[in-house]
Amino acid sequence: MDKIDCEIIVIGVSAGGLEAMRKIIPKLPAGFPCPIAIVQHLHPQSDDFLVTDLNSRSQVTVKQADEKESLKPGFVYFASSNYHLLIENDKTFSLSVCALVNFARPAIDVLFETAAEAFKEKTLGIVLTGANHDGSQGAKKIKEYGGKIIVQDPETAEVDVMPRSTIEATDVDYVMDLEEIVHFLLNEI
Amino acid sequence: MSKTENENIEIELLLEAIFQKYGYDFRQYARASIKRRIMHRLAVTKLKSISEMLEKVLYDVNFFETLLLDLSVNVTEMFRDPLFFKVLRKEVIPVLKTYPFLKIWHAGCATGEEVYSFAIILKEEGLYDKAQIYATDFNEVILHKAKQGIISLDQIKQYTMNYQKAGGKESFANYYTAKYNSVLIDQSLKKNIVFSDHNLATDGVFGEMNLIMCRNTLIYFRKELQNRAIGLFKESLCHLGFLCLGTKESLMFSEYEKDFEPVEKKAKIFRRIN
Repeated sequence: MDKIDCEIIVIGVSAGGLEAMRKIIPKLPAGFPCPIAIVQHLHPQSDDFLVTDLNSRSQVTVKQADEKESLKPGFVYFASSNYHLLIENDKTFSLSVCALVNFARPAIDVLFETAAEAFKEKTLGIVLTGANHDGSQGAKKIKEYGGKIIVQDPETAEVDVMPRSTIEATDVDYVMDLEEIVHFLLNEI
Repeated sequence: MSKTENENIEIELLLEAIFQKYGYDFRQYARASIKRRIMHRLAVTKLKSISEMLEKVLYDVNFFETLLLDLSVNVTEMFRDPLFFKVLRKEVIPVLKTYPFLKIWHAGCATGEEVYSFAIILKEEGLYDKAQIYATDFNEVILHKAKQGIISLDQIKQYTMNYQKAGGKESFANYYTAKYNSVLIDQSLKKNIVFSDHNLATDGVFGEMNLIMCRNTLIYFRKELQNRAIGLFKESLCHLGFLCLGTKESLMFSEYEKDFEPVEKKAKIFRRIN
């Protein structure tokens, strides 16, 4: 299989996300060729434990996305709790405290939709375990712009609602378990 | 995809039209968020394109007022980021107590939750009576709401928790009366607050302030506009005056970074030193 021409990977994860993150991010090599931006639903007043912890386990640099920060390969950016994370056309991050979307802030749809606008067909979206429908509209938009979508196999997800609602909303490219997703990221990007 | 390129051109034209016709300047706002809000309004009104919306903006003032509400971010909370308010109480209030008279500016106050939060702290610390508080926003509809001081009942639980975490000294219930499904803020908190119209994108310097609070407004601005706003804040602050920004905001993109020193880095509280 040819490598995928991808300039941004966006990941949406909710309930059960901590384990999923720990299974994927530490496997990525330093200098991983594509920036990764992640929305994980968290309590509005969560601290940065998740980010600090993942960073200490990983070779890639894991950090919270700052406003106006440029997206760089080898970095994994997490949305801060209580802020939406957006990507501008000049490939920098912006933040917003606008109303909740799908009862969430940060919302996966907001990140996915703005990533699709900025990176068009060079966007890869990944929807993992979660208990709501957030991410499905964003995944649909990524597909409309010619990007690709991977969904965690609902059978293997800790909570299957989010993967299933994405599969229902759009024609996803791959349905994989976490190990297959890691293999894909290491070999196809 | 040419559709996106067309939409982006249309948005530039729409923002230019709004500026020329009504004087509200969103041209230096970060686009991703603006676009989401415009597309939301487009979907709700069932207009076919942003070009069609442009025509409506020019010829239908009522429609423009609705769109203006979409474009201004009116989401706010009482004691949002309790840690910030805790640091404010611990590090800043003791300094403010040494002044005979206080001038405070809440820039971009939206519906005023933060203005009332700080007013509560000033009251508890015995500073309220010597404070003159200015609360400004560019949107008059929102400002009117701020003036009324009505908040919705389902938020009270969250605000009470925030208040306690922020180091509140009383029972939060002392500061409101519940009425039907909404809550009226203690009206005595309004005594020293002046609500007025001010736009950070187009208006000028605002008095000799001891403290300026502008949290989660700069994140919507592009670098140039951030620079303008921070320049305004600098000019509006007295020597050693305090500037409080949102937890994800910084002075990094302005030429005035060296004119401030951080009081507490995490809480994003700065002091003007030049």
